[in-house]
Amino acid sequence: MASGSEPVLEVRDLVKHFPLTQGILYKKQIGAIKAVDGVSFDLRKGETLGIVGESGCGKSTLAKVLMALEQPTSGSVRIGGRDISKARGGELKRMRRNIQMVMQDPYTSLNPRMTVGDIIGEPFEIHTDVAPKGDRRKKVQELLEVVGLNPDHINRYPHQFSGGQRQRIGIARGLALQPEVIVCDEPVSALDVSIQAQVINLLGRLQDEFGLAYIFIAHDLSVVRHISDRVGVMYLGKFVELGKDAEIYDRPAHPYTQALLSAVPVPDPEGREQRERIILQGDPPSPANPPSGCRFRTRCWKAQEICAKEEPLLQIRPGTAHMSACHFAETHDVVHAG
Amino acid sequence: MKKTSADVLPAGGGSGNEPLLAVDDLHVEFHTRAGVVRAVNGVSYTVRAGETLAVLGESGSGKSVTAQAIMGILDMPPAVIPKGEIRFKGTDVLKLSERDRTQVRGERIAMIFQDALSALNPVFTVGWQISEMFRVHRGMSKGAAMKKAVELMDRVRIPAAKQRVHDYPHQFSGGMRQRIMIAMSIALDPEVLIADEPTTALDVTVQAQIMELLAELQRESQMGLILITHDLGVVADVADKIAVMYGGRIVENAPVHDIYKAPAHPYTKGLLDSIPRVDQKGQELYAIKGLPPNLLSMPTGCAFHPRCPYRQENCVTDTPPLYEISGTRGSACHYWREVLDGERQ
Repeated sequence: MASGSEPVLEVRDLVKHFPLTQGILYKKQIGAIKAVDGVSFDLRKGETLGIVGESGCGKSTLAKVLMALEQPTSGSVRIGGRDISKARGGELKRMRRNIQMVMQDPYTSLNPRMTVGDIIGEPFEIHTDVAPKGDRRKKVQELLEVVGLNPDHINRYPHQFSGGQRQRIGIARGLALQPEVIVCDEPVSALDVSIQAQVINLLGRLQDEFGLAYIFIAHDLSVVRHISDRVGVMYLGKFVELGKDAEIYDRPAHPYTQALLSAVPVPDPEGREQRERIILQGDPPSPANPPSGCRFRTRCWKAQEICAKEEPLLQIRPGTAHMSACHFAETHDVVHAG
Repeated sequence: MKKTSADVLPAGGGSGNEPLLAVDDLHVEFHTRAGVVRAVNGVSYTVRAGETLAVLGESGSGKSVTAQAIMGILDMPPAVIPKGEIRFKGTDVLKLSERDRTQVRGERIAMIFQDALSALNPVFTVGWQISEMFRVHRGMSKGAAMKKAVELMDRVRIPAAKQRVHDYPHQFSGGMRQRIMIAMSIALDPEVLIADEPTTALDVTVQAQIMELLAELQRESQMGLILITHDLGVVADVADKIAVMYGGRIVENAPVHDIYKAPAHPYTKGLLDSIPRVDQKGQELYAIKGLPPNLLSMPTGCAFHPRCPYRQENCVTDTPPLYEISGTRGSACHYWREVLDGERQ
């Protein structure tokens, strides 16, 4: 939470469109899936930005573009002041050291034919100057210890570990190159409830120890709140609201955020009949053909004529202290109401 | 003449206080090459008409195997049911012939699965799959059965049902596919509906829609609902009573309000304490240490003892029975009094 310091990650007007083509020999572009459509934010050292939204809203594509696994259609991703999407060759390789990823599924993101030592040590094979050859085994064992695994298990294979332990292996691999930023894409959603808390505690501890900045993508809103300093709510490729965790959860201003929060079941049966619930009708529209103006208007109970004509910008609106993209933004505490 | 389910089992509502469905001391084993896996070790629960029972547990706790035994869809072998009864309105369905069992399945007890995409057949239209229930169980003609399918799709609120009845499963979104599964399961007006993680693969907004739909259907027809889940939030929202499973046994059962106010088993308490709370932001979450048990080599005594903060010596040797706390509550912990009095973290 070191606000005021230089941002480690600056994202500006990031756009990623996937072309839709027709024809076999002469591919003609007939449209585009607008997966990410103009996203901007800063991330500071030691800070966690949570990103929430429904499936298909572009969370995971955003993660891939940040990691330079996908080329953005336009916009920039600056890490330490340099644009990773424009970097090539050796420069790109060096920049990648600073941003690493922890994947969702610990069962498929580890190669079953490699030992844990090889998996965690692989980043050193690629970035040979980080750890000299003789040093690597010791480094891997240190990493195993950092994430709470037994360093003697270095020669075991992934199938010999439980889901929670495998996720720790994935985290150790992410830490190997001492990055400044780690992108966590649904890091606990594949784990059993009693194991989730262990992994979340580990991520928190590592953040304090190494001053890591996290992009934390998840659909479990209570987990996101616990770990995040700021939260961005995504809908059809855009942020509809961005603010400090308390602002988003206690004073949400965008109707979509309010609906999302009210849909989360509260783990307490007291007063469940009185609880306010906004149930959205239907599914999100296709990102290939988003609605004109405000993208949420087709499911919004506040929608007026202006919403179809004019796209609301993500900005600070009257009566609120954080950014939201709604013409009729109005704070409303859905979780504690009633 | 073909037998109907009314010949097999008495028709009409459960009489008075008689539970609709009673699972009694059920044991299920899987005989595998690696050894005998005791997936369910003496599970008992009941569901009455219009009641919602939530079965809460992690993967491997035996919650889904119990449900599959009730439905009669376990592969036997490798599965064996050495002991126990599953009584539907007083009749033990485990003793029925395979033919009679088929009459109960789908018609009196139906089930919804977690992953609607793999539970639906990709090469038939959804209309064909829903109407199959009427063709097979009711002997209806193709046309009449298709009409019923459209009615059902309307009932589970699929827009433009008349056109969409001819679409294939992949043409629907996840939430819509789950609605189709629900339409199939309620087609024959079952009296008990088992929902195995019905919303786990869905977004929260869609989850809210599906849970609302289930509650509405239950109100209309007074079904008994068994909701299998690992989500403490969903349980708090809809359940009347809860059975918490761990290592193939029920470790705690109670009315929903009691359990959230004061859990009586260390495992339940640990689960509730590990939910992130607003006033604990930035602090370490309470975490149950260790790992869920390996079903091939279950710990001796209480299966939870290696992870339990209340453990004493006798927990390692004596398996605790389900102690009765009150008429409606039970806990399988020797020290339930201490747990019940203990502070919530």
